Amino acid sequence: MIRVSNLRKHFGAVQALDDVSFTAADGRITGLLGHNGAGKSTTLRILSTVMRADSGSATVNGHDCTTQSLSVRQSLGVLPHSSGLYVQLTGRENIEYYGKLHGLRGSELRNACDAMIERLGISAVASRRAKGYSQGERLKVALARALIHRPKTVILDEPTNGLDVNAVRMLREMIRELKQSGCCVLFSSHVMQEVAALCDDIVIIARGRVVAQGTPEQILAALGTNDLEEAFVRAAAAAEDAA
Amino acid sequence: MSILGTVFLKEVLENLRDRRVVLSAFFFGVLLAPALFALTTTIASNRAVRDQEQPLKLPVIGAERAPNLMQFLVEHGAEIESVAFGPDDAVAKVRSGDYNFVLIVPDAYGEKLARGEPAPLNLVLDTANTRAGGTTERARRLLDAYGRQSAALRLLARGIGPEVMTPVEVRGIDVATPAGRSVLILGMMTYFCLMSMLVGGFYLAIDTTAGERERGSLEPLLSLPVTRAQLIVGKILATCAFMAVSLLLTLVATAIALSFVPLEALGMSANFGPKIVLAIFGVMVAFVPLGAGLMTVVASFTRSNREAQTWLSVVLMVPLAPIMFAVMNGTRPTANLMAIPSLSQHLLATDLMRGDGIDPLHVAISVATTLGLGLILIWIATRLYRREAILG
Repeated sequence: MIRVSNLRKHFGAVQALDDVSFTAADGRITGLLGHNGAGKSTTLRILSTVMRADSGSATVNGHDCTTQSLSVRQSLGVLPHSSGLYVQLTGRENIEYYGKLHGLRGSELRNACDAMIERLGISAVASRRAKGYSQGERLKVALARALIHRPKTVILDEPTNGLDVNAVRMLREMIRELKQSGCCVLFSSHVMQEVAALCDDIVIIARGRVVAQGTPEQILAALGTNDLEEAFVRAAAAAEDAA
Repeated sequence: MSILGTVFLKEVLENLRDRRVVLSAFFFGVLLAPALFALTTTIASNRAVRDQEQPLKLPVIGAERAPNLMQFLVEHGAEIESVAFGPDDAVAKVRSGDYNFVLIVPDAYGEKLARGEPAPLNLVLDTANTRAGGTTERARRLLDAYGRQSAALRLLARGIGPEVMTPVEVRGIDVATPAGRSVLILGMMTYFCLMSMLVGGFYLAIDTTAGERERGSLEPLLSLPVTRAQLIVGKILATCAFMAVSLLLTLVATAIALSFVPLEALGMSANFGPKIVLAIFGVMVAFVPLGAGLMTVVASFTRSNREAQTWLSVVLMVPLAPIMFAVMNGTRPTANLMAIPSLSQHLLATDLMRGDGIDPLHVAISVATTLGLGLILIWIATRLYRREAILG
């Protein structure tokens, strides 16, 4: 469960977030949609406690992102837009490193790791160093690494950027699986089709403000169109005019 | 196992597998420093030995005009080579380095000598030619000696004691112990050791901030349930480990290399047994946290790997400046100087090699101030790691 209310954040003269509020429920997939520079990454960075908001509050599973950042990080799985694997380590070593930093030890760590490798079908890949991985292999290992501690809430930052079709399909499947198991999934994208294909709820963000949110149907109704792409463009344009 | 230990082991494992890191950390120090060192020392001592033992080759123009002088020179170990070219060619040949020097006996020599006037002798030489320094000096000394002998004979012929010519006699009393004389050369070693120590942690220090950021691994790492202090201290510990190993390997390799260098031929004895190596390591290892902290702090301000490498290359020179100063000035250790990191390690290591004892108080001051400054720098690095700007 993610709850964001009245978040503000500025970098120098740029107001990156200007009163952002939304919620992402458990067992649902929420898409954070916006152009590049709209404030998606800043929002996710505040949620993963890597950054602090100037004002407003953000909670993950009831833990405050500012005052209880360690608890937040414990219950959170984060997949960045670049895989960020350590190329000199094997896939398994990459996964185990994150497991250890999540406090897993001994047989518990081994079992969690085996389960993840099995589930993603990467047993052959995991014994090789990450240096020579294909795009799909990198993504799978990065996913296994992000989910090793079975987080209740999963954040994915532009996860499909630059991936080929097979990798994107695999990722979607994985995200749906997480939803089935009751996770709260929040992911950001600037691609309308991507969000439409996957999300139960959509939050459209432009110039640091939330310009529309709800189920795809609700958003279509609110913006008076039956085309999601058109809705996105209208909502973003309205924000530009207001600014 | 603690979080610190996990981070430390992962960094060590990852970097040991990186050929570039291993080469620079261990190859640079272990092979380059002693090789460079042995080479310079061997050349220096070979040349000194050669210059002393070999007969002095003396190219002369117009040798037939000064038979007495030539006989004197031959008697004093010179080998006269009557050359066929003229004075103008002599200048060209000395300038091009074909000859270290050429002695020219002008036409007027015999006549002036006979009249008792100062007889001219021209020695064409090139002071910019460092190779020629030793032999030119020998030639000059021989010519001076001939001059003094001739003068003494003339005074005797007039019934005056030759002592008239030497109202004072300056005697240099050389107090350098055999090992002491080699310190000028050995002083270079502390330079190499600190340098290879820093190079040993070079890539790890960059990787802590700029490297992780560039690979896109910093953000997911920071969203793990560990504190940033745990992460950076674990990483700095790994950097320190690489630096310490690099230092130890360099010292051992240098000790082995030195055993092949003919320092004895120069009347030097290098004091470099296993005990001394360990003592020098103990004195210098205190510099490791300071170097690791300094490199990590500087790297954390840079935006990319390349930028970090550029800046750290400059940082490598900083601790070496006091050492160069000390080598140039022949600085001796005092309690105050022990408060200056890198200079204090240099002075203590030099004294250990010289075979002199070292003052325990000096060691205490050196270790305390260097470690203290190192801890402050690591603390600053930890503060910097908490900035949002670290994300780039």
